Amino acid sequence: MKSQYMIKPMTQTTNSELNNSRRRFVFGASAMLALMSTPFPKNAFANALSQSLSQLSGKVFDLSIDYKMVNFTGKSARATVVNQLLPAPLLRWKEGETVTLRVKNNLDHDSSIHWHGIILPTEMDGVPGFSFDGIKPGETFEYQFTVQQSGTYWYHSHSGYQEQTGLFGAIVIDPATPDPVIYDRDYVIMLSDWSDEAPENIYAKLKKQADYYNYRERTVMDFFSDVNKNGLANTWNARSMWNNARMSDSDISDVTGSTYTYLMNGNPPQQGWQGLFEQGEKVRLRFINSSAMTIFDVRIPGLKMSVVASDGQNIQPVSVDEFRIGVAETYDVVIEPEVDNAYCIFAQSIDRTGFTVGNLTSDASLHALIPPMDPRPVLSHSDMGMDMSGMDMSGMDMSGMDHSKMDMGAGDMSGMEHSKMNMGGGDMPSMDHSKMAMGGGDMPGMDHSKMAMGGGDMPGMDHSKMAMGDGDMSGMDHSKMAMGTAKATVSGLGLAGFGSNNEIKHIDTEFGPQVDMRADAPKSGLHDPGIGLRDHQQQFNRKVLTYGDIKGLHPTYDTRQPSREIQLHLTGNMNRYMWSVNGVKFMDAAPLEFEYGERLRITLVNDTMMTHPMHLHGMWSELETGDPDFIPRKHTVLVQPGSKISYLVTADAKGQWAYHCHLLFHMPGMFRKVVVK
Amino acid sequence: MNKTNLVALGLLSLSASLASSAVFAGGNDDPLLTKVMLDQFEKGVDPQDPTQFSAQAWLGYDLNKLWLKTEGEYSNSDKQDLEIQALYSKPIAPYWDVQFGIKTDIKPTPNRNWAVIGVQGLAPYFFDIDAALFIGDQGRTAMRVSAEYELLITQKLILTPEVEVNLFGKDDAELGIGSGLSDVSAGLRLRYEIVREFAPYIGVDWRQKLGNTADYARNEGEETQETQFVIGFRAWF
Repeated sequence: MKSQYMIKPMTQTTNSELNNSRRRFVFGASAMLALMSTPFPKNAFANALSQSLSQLSGKVFDLSIDYKMVNFTGKSARATVVNQLLPAPLLRWKEGETVTLRVKNNLDHDSSIHWHGIILPTEMDGVPGFSFDGIKPGETFEYQFTVQQSGTYWYHSHSGYQEQTGLFGAIVIDPATPDPVIYDRDYVIMLSDWSDEAPENIYAKLKKQADYYNYRERTVMDFFSDVNKNGLANTWNARSMWNNARMSDSDISDVTGSTYTYLMNGNPPQQGWQGLFEQGEKVRLRFINSSAMTIFDVRIPGLKMSVVASDGQNIQPVSVDEFRIGVAETYDVVIEPEVDNAYCIFAQSIDRTGFTVGNLTSDASLHALIPPMDPRPVLSHSDMGMDMSGMDMSGMDMSGMDHSKMDMGAGDMSGMEHSKMNMGGGDMPSMDHSKMAMGGGDMPGMDHSKMAMGGGDMPGMDHSKMAMGDGDMSGMDHSKMAMGTAKATVSGLGLAGFGSNNEIKHIDTEFGPQVDMRADAPKSGLHDPGIGLRDHQQQFNRKVLTYGDIKGLHPTYDTRQPSREIQLHLTGNMNRYMWSVNGVKFMDAAPLEFEYGERLRITLVNDTMMTHPMHLHGMWSELETGDPDFIPRKHTVLVQPGSKISYLVTADAKGQWAYHCHLLFHMPGMFRKVVVK
Repeated sequence: MNKTNLVALGLLSLSASLASSAVFAGGNDDPLLTKVMLDQFEKGVDPQDPTQFSAQAWLGYDLNKLWLKTEGEYSNSDKQDLEIQALYSKPIAPYWDVQFGIKTDIKPTPNRNWAVIGVQGLAPYFFDIDAALFIGDQGRTAMRVSAEYELLITQKLILTPEVEVNLFGKDDAELGIGSGLSDVSAGLRLRYEIVREFAPYIGVDWRQKLGNTADYARNEGEETQETQFVIGFRAWF
């Protein structure tokens, strides 16, 4: 609510600006877009209100953690800050140097600083309770370690909910060798979410009423409009799954713009951040999502972005129009803006309840238009791990594919396209459709003709709970299905770089009051742009980055095959607001044990409808994006709703490490200690 | 089992979960919380109509809660109702809690005490259900089932239909209660959530006494059916 309210002044200042249109740039690509758009408030930047990040560089840093009163919403509220700054100062290090950071805690509570994504000794990682006791009030802790990497990272408190109250800052590490990325100027763009409410209160409210911040629930009006459009029977059937599951298809973010004001480099949207460039410059923007709970979708209307790094690590450049940045992820992009133009850096929250903006211009008097937010995402069956269209089945075996209990509801499955099913060389002995119960519908478009089956294995593909209503499957043509001869009795462990072949297993601890959903047929999250972005290519002609696009610039560091695989299920109960891994919360869980030096695969299965950014400390998460020779290294990996994703880990760092969902209010439960010994 | 033992058991489970503390690398996963819900606090539009309330509160953790429920009715006549339940609540399924404890009916007199076992939760299609079995002295038994649904007209304007039925195992002549299905009530309330925690409402409440209970009422010269229009508010914190 608040942030929506705050947008108003901007829409009201347009007229005088329009008259002054000589000073206002409208990017030429689309006049329509301009009409729908909103300019920055008059003189917002001219007044130099825009705050830029202040930078500290060198080898020795003194950081002081204090309380400070801030005002982002019109009301004063207490923040936790470093050196009186929110965001904390940008630390600029040099690869190969040893840095010393003396952190003084002036709070009444314990504090800590965790260097996010930095490879360092476990006792320098800054996680209280993991071979470090935290920094007591009044005490100073000296961190010291040698910087072994370069790129864009960040740091934040790992105590209480201090991240939510402002304790975060950027880290930029200049490489020891010439930077493969060519740029003339760089800016850090730090995205965050601010609330005047104390984070403990937000958490308590979510426990008492999980949809407290969701003002997008379905109403009676939505029902009637759906009935008008689709008829009563179809509407009823379409809703029945949600009604039976007691879940909401508008449940995108737990905490929304109704309490959050979204910030860019510490600037609320009505103020914006401003960056300048000069003619012919290549500008490198280092995006960091330091939010507590908000995943952002970022674009710069009128400009292509060349994504050159992900989580600090260089990747083979990908040209995109838009990308999703999970909490704690970083992306570096290079842009080539035209002189005498202004561009809007637009970051909208995943649930479209708010946004934050920056103005990038060659002339401080030029203000780009702020585009409208995109339509809000609505969750679908596939986000519960139920759909099969667009599934990537490469390298699978379908022996366990049991359709026997398929019960299909509201009949029209014309969009059910299996043409993209690409099956390795598999074997489908027990694919049982015999008991499929279909009402009286119509499935003309169900075309399996392009299914190409190679040599894979699909044991976990369970369609048993699919509900199909009134079906006519006369057009269901399997005749052209090409099935390879290969019989895949695949051991489960797939090749490095290609992800898991293992069966999805829901172990006993996943059953109980603490878990409200289990994805039966989780799809790969690799090529999925994510909820709310899937139609952007088609609808807006925007290329959206997917994990499948990311290939490391450096060849794979550890070319060994994984020797084992750990399957972890991200679980929760939305209604009770409980989060866990494999149904077991951190407090009750035994640590995960890695053997020092081993190469293993972690497969994350998301048994919830939320998108979880999973962060492993101390070691890289080497995301298996399909190219074994250029496996990219990440520190935080988004796991899409009802989906799975795999990465490799080389356990080359002894000690105790944290492994958790980086959504601040999921983290207390959805957390594991990893012990490498 | 003795009723006080039941409550003691609940308290024990609570303190057990209190004891298991850990070093937190972030926020406390399962803090001790309380929620107090004044679900209905309303006055009939007719001056003769009683003032009624229905409230619940819980104290505890994700999986172990002490739960209080109380409801009552006050009017100038001698027709007054007040009951309080103290329950221990534990989840048995993602959307369901089992609750057991004691219930005491303070008004009308003579007061009655009961042991309670019930389930509370969210049924498919988003029906809030509260069903309980009461076991009293002298072989008295009773059962109550209530269901409520929230229909969002807008995000803040919410229509809540609800129904409740009461059953008793045997006659309780002193209180005018007959065995079998004793009464059915239905309500429809339209509230506006000014904030999540506070919503004034208007509504209509209909109650029908049935069977032997209706006979007792008729013998006393009372109405067996009542309909009243109400205004009130709902609040929680």
